[in-house]
Amino acid sequence: MWDYSEKVMDHYRHPRNVGTIEDADAVGTAGSLVCGDQLKIYLKIKDNIVTDAKFQTFGCGSAVASSSILTEMIIGKTVDEVRKITNKDIADQLGGLPPEKMHCSVMGYEALEDALKEYKSEGYIPMEEIQNKQKETMVCTCFQVTDKVIIDAIKTNGLKTVEEVTNYTKAGGACGRCKGAIQNIIDKYYNEQADSKPQESSQKLTHTQWVIKINNVIESQISPELVKDGGDIELVDIKDKDIYVKLKGMCSGCKNSTITIKAFVETTLKHALGEDINVIEVK
Amino acid sequence: MEKLIYLDNNATTKVDERVLEEMLPYFKEEYANPSSMYDFSKKSSHAIKEARGKVKDLLHAENEKEIIFTSCGTESANTAIRGYLSTVKNKKHIITTKIEHPCVLNVYKYLEKQGYKVDYIGVNSNGELDVEELSEKITSETALVSVMMANNETGVLNPIKEISEIIKSKNSETKFFVDAVQGAGKVAIDVQDLGIDMLGISGHKLHAPKGVGALYVNSKTMFTPLIIGGHQERGKRAGTENTPYIVGLGKASELAIDNLDYEMTEVARLRDKLERGIIQNIYNARVNTGLAKRVPNTTNIGFEYIEGELILLHLSDLGICASSGSACTSGSLEPSHVLRAMNVPFTAIHGSIRWSLSRFTTEDEIDYVIDKLPSVIEEIRRISPYQEELKALKEMKTVK
Repeated sequence: MWDYSEKVMDHYRHPRNVGTIEDADAVGTAGSLVCGDQLKIYLKIKDNIVTDAKFQTFGCGSAVASSSILTEMIIGKTVDEVRKITNKDIADQLGGLPPEKMHCSVMGYEALEDALKEYKSEGYIPMEEIQNKQKETMVCTCFQVTDKVIIDAIKTNGLKTVEEVTNYTKAGGACGRCKGAIQNIIDKYYNEQADSKPQESSQKLTHTQWVIKINNVIESQISPELVKDGGDIELVDIKDKDIYVKLKGMCSGCKNSTITIKAFVETTLKHALGEDINVIEVK
Repeated sequence: MEKLIYLDNNATTKVDERVLEEMLPYFKEEYANPSSMYDFSKKSSHAIKEARGKVKDLLHAENEKEIIFTSCGTESANTAIRGYLSTVKNKKHIITTKIEHPCVLNVYKYLEKQGYKVDYIGVNSNGELDVEELSEKITSETALVSVMMANNETGVLNPIKEISEIIKSKNSETKFFVDAVQGAGKVAIDVQDLGIDMLGISGHKLHAPKGVGALYVNSKTMFTPLIIGGHQERGKRAGTENTPYIVGLGKASELAIDNLDYEMTEVARLRDKLERGIIQNIYNARVNTGLAKRVPNTTNIGFEYIEGELILLHLSDLGICASSGSACTSGSLEPSHVLRAMNVPFTAIHGSIRWSLSRFTTEDEIDYVIDKLPSVIEEIRRISPYQEELKALKEMKTVK
């Protein structure tokens, strides 16, 4: 049984704004019958304000709840405000969704985006212009998920693993053949993130903040892995970019400790901090 | 307690009061280790012997030594498959079906990685096994054929006797394992007449508690134990006997024998009533198994253009428990492998609901479901984006 919030239950039990709008100014869809959920959203827009919204959804409890709350969230808002709504906002409004159900909130976001991509305050964009927009690449052919959808989900929700991407977008959830491609997208995204803001973070941080940040990475990402092998790690000292650590338990005295330090500890820290640091082992 | 109409008996069943009664003394006074040497342990060891006899009777095994108690259906399947295969290491071919329960299917997926060649036999749109295809796949290299007695999602029965005869005629050395978790207690089982070498059952599917199962291995089939340790179960399954639960499974087997007629007649009648009531009153409903032969307690019904989890959530608000092959309920994102193997139309696969009754299901409960379901379905249809398609379905049904 899913652990749905009261709000989710209220919305699938009593969905708001169900139906269609005959003379809608924008209509968007996301998902498909084959994939197991589909959402269609209808918007009435006047003077750049969403005056009415209706939806139809084929899907589970959280899909209906996401659609229903979305209509409530957008009625009365300007088109620009509506464009800023993310899947995370939808999930937050619902009091959260189970991780495996986050893709329902993404579907809401996609339908909204689909409705508004053809809408401009002064009218519709000509079809050619839409087609000329940057081409998206299909990543997951089972669930028809493009790279853009995946990158949006990573950006909005801070996703780090393939499993998380699957929970949020469904990509990789069926045959699994695109899991490698999803990993590449994740890696590329975070590498670009790291490249685009070099040095920035450490210079802004005070020494204490810098120490806390490094310690957090060690405690959350590095230590648990070493504990699995019967070892552990202790942060000894930090001198700017030089991080001094001590290996404990099975790791101390392990003849592979240099590899552990360089290949695992240093790489993980570099990745997480987005900084070129140097890890030194204290015996 | 609030209203509870439990129609998910293929997931698990209620423990029969008489089973619980029988078990209780072995938690309290009769706690002796049945392997001990003093008089105090006699009652426990005798109780296990008696339970073994009852399971033997349920399965019509020749000898009670062929019954091994396990912790569950999954352990029974793992023990049979892996235990037997480890004795015939030179043969690397296995035949099974696409619709096996994951506790069997995933063992074969694992064995494929270990170098086994596994053929997965398909089913038709009613869920009936392609026996001809199975027959063609048997070669001199085939170590094992593994076919479930009844499918857990559809209730469709496989022609076990026909399959065992085919196996014997094609390769007399090939062994036959039957996962009978969904068959035991619902249809008569005679392992000798059916020509089965190994067969697994699970207690909690026939009104015994969770945590106990049994495995039949006929005396002609060699196997090495999966769980190694002490000499319990004649060295075939180590670990101190779970006396109360084994006693429970024994009692449940006895009751299953007594109630078999009731299952085949009364439970079947209520199931048919439910099925008819749904199909007649709901225009977008279809029985997914057509006219296939099924166990008496199960029906799988697809509701087109609406989604299963939402149906279950609304039913749950009414106190009705059923289950769904929909992707959303499992968290797996993909709909049931069984319904996919049957090529259930994609318009109905996500809205397929399994209803499974038991001997405790009452007529009033079935009437309540027949009465309440149409408005639940109508409410969900109202939200569906497929209004045109639903309208067309409705017109078609009216014409009929």
